[in-house]
Amino acid sequence: MFEATRLNRKNETRQKLFRLGLGAMTGLLILPVVLILSTLIYKGAPVISFEFLFTGPTKGMTAGGIFPALLGTVLLVMVALIASVPLGIAAAIYLSEYASDNWFTRAINLAIINLAGVPSIVHALFGVGAFVIFFKFGTSILAASLTLAIMTLPVVIVATRESLQAVPMAFREACWNMGATRWQTIRRVVLPNAVTGILTGVILEVSRTAGETAPIMFTGAAFFLPLLPQGVFDQTMALSLHLFVVSTQVPGMPENLPFGVALVLISMVLLMNSLSIALRMYLRGKKKW
Amino acid sequence: MDNSSSKVPTGIDASFDQLNRDWYIDKAVQILVFLGGISAVVFIIGIFVFISKEGFGFLIGEFNFKEFFFSPNWRPTSENKETFGILALIAGTASVTGLAMLIAIPFSLGTAIFIAEFSSGKTREFLKITVELLAAIPSVVWGFIGLAIMNPIIIKTFDVPVGLNVLNAGVILGLMAAPIMTSIAEDALKAVPDRYREAAEAMGATRWQVIYKVVLPAAKNGLLGAVLLGVGRGFGETMAVLMATGHSINIPTSVFDSVRALTATIAAELGETAAGSPHYQALFTIGIFLFIVTFIINLVADLVVRGVRKG
Repeated sequence: MFEATRLNRKNETRQKLFRLGLGAMTGLLILPVVLILSTLIYKGAPVISFEFLFTGPTKGMTAGGIFPALLGTVLLVMVALIASVPLGIAAAIYLSEYASDNWFTRAINLAIINLAGVPSIVHALFGVGAFVIFFKFGTSILAASLTLAIMTLPVVIVATRESLQAVPMAFREACWNMGATRWQTIRRVVLPNAVTGILTGVILEVSRTAGETAPIMFTGAAFFLPLLPQGVFDQTMALSLHLFVVSTQVPGMPENLPFGVALVLISMVLLMNSLSIALRMYLRGKKKW
Repeated sequence: MDNSSSKVPTGIDASFDQLNRDWYIDKAVQILVFLGGISAVVFIIGIFVFISKEGFGFLIGEFNFKEFFFSPNWRPTSENKETFGILALIAGTASVTGLAMLIAIPFSLGTAIFIAEFSSGKTREFLKITVELLAAIPSVVWGFIGLAIMNPIIIKTFDVPVGLNVLNAGVILGLMAAPIMTSIAEDALKAVPDRYREAAEAMGATRWQVIYKVVLPAAKNGLLGAVLLGVGRGFGETMAVLMATGHSINIPTSVFDSVRALTATIAAELGETAAGSPHYQALFTIGIFLFIVTFIINLVADLVVRGVRKG
């Protein structure tokens, strides 16, 4: 009935070309990273063993394992979470449930964007100036974790706010009509419906915190320590900094060892992110409204 | 959320308020979450105050505006006369960020368009998850990749003595920034209402014509915001540029020159300085400069994106 005109065909060809071109760009963006990750696995996997994960470095870090660094990262993340999760959730509850759309809320939002956008090394300088020197925590797990907590606070705030706002207004209104106070509504209706979403944000924060290096370099992480930390006022080793140290600071390093460290770090981070994504997809599948 | 609708029902006489335990808990929580809400503002101000406090001595002492911004000589530990010029460091940061954006802008926008407009179902889901995972790779791992994988490749391919240079760091930073820019750009494209597309398609436009003539103009501000945030990210990146640039003070004349970035200088030198020395304070002054520049970039990006919502 309709004969394709020359213009139709031209447009059709052009469309196909663009589609192909954009597809190729997507491939070119992803492919190098896949190749890089394969190289990491290829060179790093032989290094990883039970001993590698659970013993300390020996011979000036050119042999042995990464246990103190692994443990240090876990400690740093835990202390950072204790500080930032309650604060981030409180901030998100305020922004989602109480704040009205005015200049003040806009200022808070701008501050959150900036907290996420300020260079990590500036956060490090802040950590040195505030926690190490002013509050006299010294270079310690506490100082490093607080620096990390402030840096990753936006991750928790944004994820929590999003999942709170996903709870339909009607739920709250129904609860208010029963005579419940605002807090009772939040506590009994809003939060239970948002808890999985908040959890995805917390997991993302774990991943971000574990990977950061610059903020902990001068606030609490050390290149090498013979002993494990005994408390939050001790320094600690950390996996991310350990990767920097073994790949740049130690002469005579066997070629594969840094690859092993890099592989452990990246596996940890990607595992956390995958977990968060899986949880999000599960939540989407279960959504009741 | 626009919470004008979430106000507790008005028009009820205040005498209905029961001043019992629940009421007091409610008020207490309101104050607590308000404190949480303003914490971000407090921290941003705190960051500025504390880095300014540490850098203050330099700013009123050795600081010389002309030397600081226009001298390429960063010799903070020189025996005769220390000079604190960050021009070469700015050039290093700018060259690496510039090259990174040259790579990341076309690729991330192209990928965002492909994901948002040309793919669907499982492919789309797969690509989105991949991009999200790529964005999560820590910067120290990228730095290590530059050092251990890109370095030998560049030496072999281009037959140059050192592979840690603008090219290496630019590519690394480009690959690093691209996934983040892709996600933001894709969000901007997704924010364009479907009825725009349907209207154009009903007029007989092909998919590409719809994208080019309708979707891209409508998403323009969001895409610009994505690019700006990418620039901010590149500008402030620390570990990757510390490890992949070669870290030598240079105003680069080709992509094979090693350079040194502002952020990397702080990371490399802060550990070796005595607290309170001019060198230490000068590093904090660089920090103030970094803070102000990224603040402006983020502010502009926010205003640009907000403009699209109002329009």
